Amino acid sequence: MSTPISLTPQPEATLAVNDPAHRWIAVCMGTGCSSSASTEVGAALREELVKNGLENGVEVRRTGCFGFCEQGPITVVYPDETFYTQVKPQNASKIVQEHVVGGQPVERLLYKDPASAVLVEKWHEIGFYGKQQRILLGNCGVIDPENIGHYLAKDGYQALRKCLLELTPEEIIDEMISSNLRGRGGGGFPAGMKWKLARQTQSWPKYVICNADEGDPGAFMDRSVLEGDPHSVIEGMIIAAYAIGADRGYIYCRAEYPLAIERLKIALAQARQLGLLGENILGSGFNCDLEVKEGAGAFVCGEETALMASIMGERGQPWPRPPYPAVAGVWGQPSNVNNVKSYAYTPRIMRNGADWFRSIGTEKSPGTAVFALTGQVQRTGLIEVPMGITVREIIEDIGGGVALGKRFKAVQTGGPLGGCLPEQYLDTPVDFDSLRAVGAVMGSGGMIVADETTCMVEFARYFMKFVVDESCGKCPPCRIGSLRMLEILDRITEGEGTLEDLDELHRLAEGMQRGSLCGLGQLAPSPVLSVLRFFEDEFRAHIIDKACPAHKCKALITFDIVAELCTGCMVCGRNCGSNAITGEKRGVHVIDPDLCERCGMCAEVCKFDAVRIVSPR
Amino acid sequence: MPVSLTINNRSCSAPDGATILDAARLAGIEIPTLCHHPDLSNVGACRMCVVSVQGARALQTACTTPVRDGMVVDTMSADAVATRKFVLEMLLTDHPNDCMGCEVAGDCELQDLVYDHGVQWPEHSGQRHDWPIDPDPNPFIFIDRNKCILCSRCIRACGEIQNRDVWSFAQRGFATKLVAGADEMLLDARCESCGQCVAYCPVGALTDKMSRGKGRTTQVETVRTTCSYCGVGCNFDLNIRGGQIVRVTSAQDAPVNGMALCVKGRYGYDYVHNPERLTRPLVRAKWLTGVEEKVNSNQWTVISQAEKRTATHRSTNGASATALITDNRSLITDDTFIQTDWDTALDVVAGKFAAEKMAHGGDAFAVLASAKCTNEENFLFAKLTRQLLSTNSIDHCARL
Repeated sequence: MSTPISLTPQPEATLAVNDPAHRWIAVCMGTGCSSSASTEVGAALREELVKNGLENGVEVRRTGCFGFCEQGPITVVYPDETFYTQVKPQNASKIVQEHVVGGQPVERLLYKDPASAVLVEKWHEIGFYGKQQRILLGNCGVIDPENIGHYLAKDGYQALRKCLLELTPEEIIDEMISSNLRGRGGGGFPAGMKWKLARQTQSWPKYVICNADEGDPGAFMDRSVLEGDPHSVIEGMIIAAYAIGADRGYIYCRAEYPLAIERLKIALAQARQLGLLGENILGSGFNCDLEVKEGAGAFVCGEETALMASIMGERGQPWPRPPYPAVAGVWGQPSNVNNVKSYAYTPRIMRNGADWFRSIGTEKSPGTAVFALTGQVQRTGLIEVPMGITVREIIEDIGGGVALGKRFKAVQTGGPLGGCLPEQYLDTPVDFDSLRAVGAVMGSGGMIVADETTCMVEFARYFMKFVVDESCGKCPPCRIGSLRMLEILDRITEGEGTLEDLDELHRLAEGMQRGSLCGLGQLAPSPVLSVLRFFEDEFRAHIIDKACPAHKCKALITFDIVAELCTGCMVCGRNCGSNAITGEKRGVHVIDPDLCERCGMCAEVCKFDAVRIVSPR
Repeated sequence: MPVSLTINNRSCSAPDGATILDAARLAGIEIPTLCHHPDLSNVGACRMCVVSVQGARALQTACTTPVRDGMVVDTMSADAVATRKFVLEMLLTDHPNDCMGCEVAGDCELQDLVYDHGVQWPEHSGQRHDWPIDPDPNPFIFIDRNKCILCSRCIRACGEIQNRDVWSFAQRGFATKLVAGADEMLLDARCESCGQCVAYCPVGALTDKMSRGKGRTTQVETVRTTCSYCGVGCNFDLNIRGGQIVRVTSAQDAPVNGMALCVKGRYGYDYVHNPERLTRPLVRAKWLTGVEEKVNSNQWTVISQAEKRTATHRSTNGASATALITDNRSLITDDTFIQTDWDTALDVVAGKFAAEKMAHGGDAFAVLASAKCTNEENFLFAKLTRQLLSTNSIDHCARL
């Protein structure tokens, strides 16, 4: 046996990460911020520090995602915790000179609360973070994801050490079962139970697989964890491997996440170098190695059997279960597939204990949930909240309510396979069972808010179109049923629908739910069904009155200029792409409905609100 | 250890590792299938074999679900039956209404299932596929993708039985397309035209090109025969209509080959009716010098090279060749073939064998036996070679 490897990080890493007096500037280099030039912001800050002779006194650190992506690039100056938003490279000198040198925060870059118009200085004081509890995202925005020393300084790989050297696989599984960690991919199946099943199968080799094929439109929870704290996922996977008796594994990450893949590969190499992967890990005699497999962009590959088919180089199509992956998965061998967040939770649970985990969230859904909050709310971004928080708290307290003073209409959870909730369900607690009971689902974490300007028929149609594009085509109910549903929804938004179509939608939905091979087809009708349930009046308006109440469906609206409000400024006419608007200067303008393509440009540019949208036409 | 389970309130038993479908069939309970074939792996794609299993969250496909002790299965639950009808209806919404003219009408699994389930033809204005019909120049395999139900039986037959992996799916969802290779022509995609895909196609998407319009399976008489091409001894059914072979179909119960055939066995039957087929021996004129025509023969006929050529020509281009035959009839040279009777021809051969052996000994001979002969015939050939010709130089072409 070789000597156990020390998990003590370099003293400077410990100091950098844990010393509250350490002076440093965090620059978010997640996908969102780095695509708005945060890498250049970091370089400019470093350059500016050099100019001021501060390069040794103040560290500029690349970090993972802060979640408040709409305000990116985000930069936080420590130890003051001053939160700067929308930072550009040219702001670097101001930050260094005024703040780092002068000790005065740069007011112009602080976040201004849209409701109170108050400038907020420290990041935990921003309403967006008020009700959040960042555990999975705890290291995001703090450590350098490409520095394993930082992770070690945050007690990284201590859970692995404890598991390998002090616990038996059975003890680990018992602890995971007792924590009641439910699968964060959306299914909510207890992770510990899954591990137990995989451990019981007497066949080797076994595999651990991380599902990082996050495909819901607008969702980026897994990406942020991988980009900001990749080692937590890797540590969780090695623990899972030890628990089920696997010695190899894959991280299946979609190729659209190049930064996550790059950081994963760096993290894997660092872990391997420290002897945390490979043979005889930490002197325990346990061997395990992991590799990254890149997905090619199919949503269905987030389904575990399709994911494994894809790993094997086959067409990304699901296969029927049983046998379950725990019995026969990738290469026909027992495999344990968990979501990124489930693995990332594992070391934290093993370090702090199941009791700690169960103390967070609700009894049946302990822990936190990570959501990508998007749509028409004041503040969008990635949030982590304790289970049991209500949907209303998320939208109103974290999201700051519906944007632009509009009225709330619905919130969609669970992405294209989830459902929407209207106003009267906003006090539903966010947990696996409560959401399912009202027809929405937890999903893997997408949360889209729709305001009164959203046409719910179009909303449903959008998700069905997504499914039609993403259906793998293997089974007829999903392959053909989804298209037939979309055709009806198309018809209705075009004003060609009939009341019989509503019955037909229900019938097709039932056929797909009952007959489809995998979760994609079985859940695909959910958005349509939930809209039918809560917003049937909008469907009826489209069908009976040929009207789109939200004034969105082009076939059912017409544009009209209110003579009393029109000043004849001619702006609408100049902006009209189809020359449909005529009128003299200072005279009332008129829209020719035959030429009008209903693009809405005139309404957008009119300063006098003279352009009115009328539905029915 | 056999597994005990209940199917449709009947106690059944099945071997460990069996699927619900296996168990049901053992018990004589029919479960409809479409993508399943006993020779191929199961994929659970078509959803026709769904059954209700007590305690299961959703319907299970009988073809893929292993039996468990104490399992309670209902193959005719309302959900299962409704799902089958839904699947059939969905398939028909993207299928041409062409049973009248379809090559496989009466021998189509989809047609039978639609009939059994009483599914009506769904009129709708939605999208239907409109693939080009017969887009592939392969001389044997006719493709009509509009009739394809994407069951993947052809893909599995090609991959699992023929090991060629020519077929696969491209695109996804409703746009999913059965393609050869990288969406190329069959012969460019390593296809060896064995026709296994055609044999396993449950519908009219893949059919035998040479047989189209010549007789549906309901219109032909079948004759089980053994392939004459090689020594493997494959069995298949000749489909006969009006005294002509119109098709070869695989015989599931063929002891040697099952459904598998090679391109020659499945498509190489045209020689049977070929006007050039040899039915009597031919001897070159020079070897017949001095040979007496047998009393009862009277059948020696001049077959010149020229006539052989024109005979072929005639089959495609009728009358114009007649003059040529007349012209050449008088031109008998040494090498002209004369059609004789068997006794004459064998006498000529025997005489020459004897003369060669006397002049040069047995080692002047080398014999190549044919795989088209039976074992018994080849045994006799060996005896002839070793005992009469006195040489050990005998070999066998092994495969033709």
